Amino acid sequence: MINERMINALVLAGLLALPLYALAVDEPFTITLVTRAVILALAAVGLNIVLGFGGMVSFGHAVFFGIGGYAMGILAYHAQTYSTLDLGLFTTEGTKLMPVIWLVAMAVSGLVALIIGLLSLRTSGVYFIMITLAFGQMFFYFAISWAEYGGEDGVSIYVRNSFPGLNTLVPIQFFAICFVILCLVLFLKERLRASPFGLALNAARQSATRAETVGLNPMRLRLVAFVISGMITGLAGALFADLNRFVSPSMFSWQLSGELIVLIIIGGAGRLMGPVIGACVFVALEHFLGGLTDFWHVYLGLILLGIVLFGRGGIIGMLTRTEGAHV
Amino acid sequence: MSFLRVENLTASYGVSQALYGVDLHIDAGEVVALMGRNGMGKSTTVKAICRMIASDGTLQLDGQSLHALPSHRVARLGVGLVPEGRRCFASLTVRENLIASARLGDWTLAKVVDLFPRLGERLSQKAASLSGGEQQMLAIGRALMTNPRLLILDEATEGLAPIIRQEIWVSLERLKSQTQVAILIIDKSPKELARVADQAVILERGKTVWSGAMADMTADISTRFVGV
Repeated sequence: MINERMINALVLAGLLALPLYALAVDEPFTITLVTRAVILALAAVGLNIVLGFGGMVSFGHAVFFGIGGYAMGILAYHAQTYSTLDLGLFTTEGTKLMPVIWLVAMAVSGLVALIIGLLSLRTSGVYFIMITLAFGQMFFYFAISWAEYGGEDGVSIYVRNSFPGLNTLVPIQFFAICFVILCLVLFLKERLRASPFGLALNAARQSATRAETVGLNPMRLRLVAFVISGMITGLAGALFADLNRFVSPSMFSWQLSGELIVLIIIGGAGRLMGPVIGACVFVALEHFLGGLTDFWHVYLGLILLGIVLFGRGGIIGMLTRTEGAHV
Repeated sequence: MSFLRVENLTASYGVSQALYGVDLHIDAGEVVALMGRNGMGKSTTVKAICRMIASDGTLQLDGQSLHALPSHRVARLGVGLVPEGRRCFASLTVRENLIASARLGDWTLAKVVDLFPRLGERLSQKAASLSGGEQQMLAIGRALMTNPRLLILDEATEGLAPIIRQEIWVSLERLKSQTQVAILIIDKSPKELARVADQAVILERGKTVWSGAMADMTADISTRFVGV
């Protein structure tokens, strides 16, 4: 039996070693592929806070991914076309600076998560799933009809945004940015899990009624978790749009929300590295099987089916022989 | 004026009425035993006090009505509940269970461990892996970590081995002698209750039928209303 910490360390080491190897053998595409996995992992890490820790199955997390993407797209679009973005209270020329874009992406995602959370967290179970899905579809169709930013065609950004001191057009340097952010978020997530807030959230997941009898407010705990989760997924969206230098309504799609859930289930819900392993498996299948057949999702479905039926703790659960992170 | 004032309390589960007029008063630092046969409304009274179910009548803590408050606000006002069946947070460790419910005040992790040394030996163990008695101690410790002014214990020794029951009764005696926390305790053993309780209230068919000093509860009253 393998220790979960050992798995976590191996996954992170592998995630770092593969791009370095690709750099050594001059395979920039592999670096981009791993960067994609890292960004998807970051988005799923965000979702895992509400799904794994809080027990809330959000089927609309693509909203925050899309908001992050559009925050990047809109700011970069105005910066590259030297046009003014009129926000009513003030105007801006946009920006190509990544840290500023990330802050905006996280702030807007957090604000939208607050509003969606206030409305949806009063429900639970299938109603919560449906409300979050409805919000996702609302944003999806809004983006399609948003002609100013390309409507269905989306927005292309000619040059990747900049980060002080780095050349982000070099794949390994952009990978380094994404990898450091992922490690930082994983560290913060682990601290959050062990904090009184994280423990209270876990307690509220197990029984809201019992949590209330010790003075915890489940609604408030879930709302804070939902906002944090939305901000992280929004940050991932901004990075994803920067990776592709393109943003489109597909970033809001319900399929993407579903894929994020699938990543978590494959890796192990509630586990620190569950989303990271899930994202790696997803991107690897997409790349290797996608090259062989258009129907690669069938194989993904079979893997998911196998995990749900025989290994409910995900890949980490199977390796450590523990069913769930919570037992 | 009583610290907890419950007068003519009524409550229902849907169309089925469970409480028909419960009267109960607890002064600060006092220990009151809530007794009665199964199904007479003891746990429902506790749920009503903790606002886990809606109720009518007078329900005041330190002069403040509890009726408009949600359950977590009642807990924050100082009502700590040890629910029937322990119900610890199974996937959290002993330490995490205690930290998750901690509020500022006299009760700290060290003080709880001092009261229940067994918990000190199991701090890193998941609550689900504890014995029934240890889970009960954890449930009491968790309630104490909220730094309550009123501690409610619902069947705190039910289903436990005699030696563990003794351990818990000794801890409750210590709690009574060393703190000023008021305690409302539900149990079926008048003999054990007599060790800690100052007053007793007996419910029958959702209504208070007897109340008075624990010392005044005769064997006749006990047999007639409690069945033991």
